[in-house]
Amino acid sequence: MATILEMRHIYKQFPGVLANADVCLQVEAGEVHTLLGENGAGKSTLMNVLCGLYKPTSGEILIEGKPVRFNSAKDSMAIGIGMVHQHFMLIPTMTVVENCLIGSHDAGGMKLDLKTAAQKISALAKEYSMELDPYKKIGDLAVGERQRVEIIKALFRGARILILDEPTAVLTPQETHELFNMVHSLTDKGFTVLFISHKLNEVKEISNRVTVLRLGRTCGTYNIADCSVNDLARLMVGREVSFSIDRRQQEQGAPVLQIEDLTLGQKDSEVKTLNHVNLTVHGGEILGIAGVDGNGQSELVECLTGLRRASEGKALYKGKDLLKCSTREIMSHGVSHIPQDRQRTGLVMPMPLRENFILQDYYTEEFGKGGFIDWKYVDAYSDRLIRDFGVKTPGRFELAQNLSGGNQQKVIVAREISRKPELLIAMHPTRGLDVGAIEYIHKNIMDQRDSGIGVLLVSTELEEVLKLSDRVAVMYEGEIMGIVKPSETTVEEMGLMMGGMPLEKIRGGGENV
Amino acid sequence: MKKSDSTKLKATMDGVLRQCLVSVSAVIVAILLGMLLILLMGKNPIVAFSALLQGAFGSMNSFAETLVKVTPLLFTGISYALANRCGLTNLGMEGQMYMGALAAAAVGIFVEVPAALHIPLCILAGFIGGGLWGLLAGWLKVKFGASEIITTVMLNTIAIYFIEFMVTDPARMMEPGGVSGQSSPLTDSAKLSILLPNTRAHWGIMIGLLCIVLFWLFLWRSKKGYEVRVSGFNMQAAAYSGINTSRNILLVMLLAGGVAGLAGASEVMGVQGRLYAGFSPGYGFDGIAVALIGMNSPIGIIFGALLFGAFRAGGNRMQMKAYVPFSIVNVIQAIVIFAVVASQMLLEIWSERQLKKQPKQQDA
Repeated sequence: MATILEMRHIYKQFPGVLANADVCLQVEAGEVHTLLGENGAGKSTLMNVLCGLYKPTSGEILIEGKPVRFNSAKDSMAIGIGMVHQHFMLIPTMTVVENCLIGSHDAGGMKLDLKTAAQKISALAKEYSMELDPYKKIGDLAVGERQRVEIIKALFRGARILILDEPTAVLTPQETHELFNMVHSLTDKGFTVLFISHKLNEVKEISNRVTVLRLGRTCGTYNIADCSVNDLARLMVGREVSFSIDRRQQEQGAPVLQIEDLTLGQKDSEVKTLNHVNLTVHGGEILGIAGVDGNGQSELVECLTGLRRASEGKALYKGKDLLKCSTREIMSHGVSHIPQDRQRTGLVMPMPLRENFILQDYYTEEFGKGGFIDWKYVDAYSDRLIRDFGVKTPGRFELAQNLSGGNQQKVIVAREISRKPELLIAMHPTRGLDVGAIEYIHKNIMDQRDSGIGVLLVSTELEEVLKLSDRVAVMYEGEIMGIVKPSETTVEEMGLMMGGMPLEKIRGGGENV
Repeated sequence: MKKSDSTKLKATMDGVLRQCLVSVSAVIVAILLGMLLILLMGKNPIVAFSALLQGAFGSMNSFAETLVKVTPLLFTGISYALANRCGLTNLGMEGQMYMGALAAAAVGIFVEVPAALHIPLCILAGFIGGGLWGLLAGWLKVKFGASEIITTVMLNTIAIYFIEFMVTDPARMMEPGGVSGQSSPLTDSAKLSILLPNTRAHWGIMIGLLCIVLFWLFLWRSKKGYEVRVSGFNMQAAAYSGINTSRNILLVMLLAGGVAGLAGASEVMGVQGRLYAGFSPGYGFDGIAVALIGMNSPIGIIFGALLFGAFRAGGNRMQMKAYVPFSIVNVIQAIVIFAVVASQMLLEIWSERQLKKQPKQQDA
């Protein structure tokens, strides 16, 4: 087979970030080639370079051996590269054929020839054994159908190389199966498919070859026949995870939070964002939740903190069902929440620290009798928190936005821990922080555990989860793949679960934790 | 403690200084451009502006006239600032003022009680009249997600014509046997007394200053006010803390509408003595400018109201003595709004950029 596409030594520098470093990719005509990597590995950047959306800092792209330069998405489209984005780029109020014609060269002068285009679309759909009514409105189509429209749109515009960016993320297993059939019939006809995914089973099933990206660099291209799913897991996660744990051994306490069959449906789709999640957090333990970003973790936390209403299930905490409580009720009963986005949710950036310290409890008698705030007390309280948690700031009147990221997070941690919680829900507590701040926050979370509090820790940093947690649950597409003890698991096993393989399957229905 | 307090001084000084700088330079730019315009008209800008100052502060009487104009601007300025602190844009002060005037006039004309009771009753009626009109916009937002920017503007028109409807027929509020377009006079017990003898300056200004104090107490001392400010800065953080933002929107629109209603009440009770169709020369809209250059702060609103009040009072004299049309005052006002909004937007874009830069660099 001939090489149809080659990317040589691609570098892409963003301000402060090197997203792609010396990435090489070589794709043969008629193959399904997978780009495999974790979040932030540089997959999307590379594909955006290929689509002409980004200009590489250096490096070159060759199509059929000829170097090409893309100044815009139009250029890459003209040469036959079509991208199906993860989030569809379709206009819901327009019909299939109208969507296909947007930006197309075949739109033809002044007159919009819908009829010919519709015939062409029907013919294309038939060729790849798809059912598609070109006059239907996008808004009336199911998610799987919309994806088909995206693919047809790319083919309609003359794409020979199709890029599918995490195409199965929004699909049901049946729809995924149909998609794969379609991909096969495309490659049979000589089309080339670039498949982006971190789902190992699917990668194994659909690809001919796979190129692994890690931290913006290529780690080699492999024939899929030579790799087991386990190999893929190791390649994707890559690093050795340190298991050094500085923790006090203690008995698991009584259950603090019992989540039963928590389910969250999605609008106009059969896909569940959360699917019968069952978890128990005990006092004095850290239950970690690992998984690739966007597999339902944020929704889980939002359901537990009253920010989102679950469709089914229960979450029992002190005899209450958290899923039916308001945020205020939950927070006032000893639940603390370190939110995932400290700047947009956890803090009010233009407010001084003293006003941020009371964000959760300002309404209680502690901070002022009746309807007024006792600022004298708040000042003393703030000074104490600043001192006890070593927040580096000129004082309590400093605006939150003037603090460094680490100190901002300390303000939140100080506020949430000083509330003397019985359950602490922490999401990405150390995202984007420097080593010193990470260590400090880790120590604080560990102290909470040691003092008998139940901690639910959600993080995409595998290392963090394994280091802190007593038990780790892995989430994948809204389901728990398995719960393991960090001391009894391997990177490979974690990688497999993160890629969608249930624990029982990996261990052959053996051990239980 | 001491160190912290000196930082407070520094931090607030920094903030205040920056805000003052924006406001003052906006005013200066606007006045300079206004002068240029006068020059282009072939008039002497120095003469024009000294006439304006004379008209605003030259004598006891002109100072009193300035106070008369300042009073409604205090109310409408507070009204806009209060809603804005909650993240809302209330453009309905004009309509809320008319509805407040209507309610106050109705109580002032048709109810007969002693002055000690009549005045508070009229004021309360004005507050409720404007408040309900504001609450309507708030309710439309909470219930249907209708933008208050649109609804308040539309409610303005309805209110203004509704008042006209009320005072053009003797069967309603028009003075029997009087001129169409005005109501019967308020009974004397409902009129605000004169503050400075032999002028038109009335006690309404004191009610306005009282509202400034209440405005400050509510926002910066009360728990509800804290909630309102959190919601105004960051809706997501408000939800995270469990603040009921919908209820706060209703409350704030009620209060903001009420304060705007007081502007109407004080005009009817202190200046006009009856309800006229179209009695306001746009005090409601001027409230936006007042709050803008006052940066939604109590002291700032006082200065803002004083500035625009002086412009309004002195503008007439400028027209008479220097033959420069009064509209120049409106032009200057518009340029002030432009300049303040532009500089605020630039500051916002700048700080947004700072915000974006930080996490991105660290994440990858």
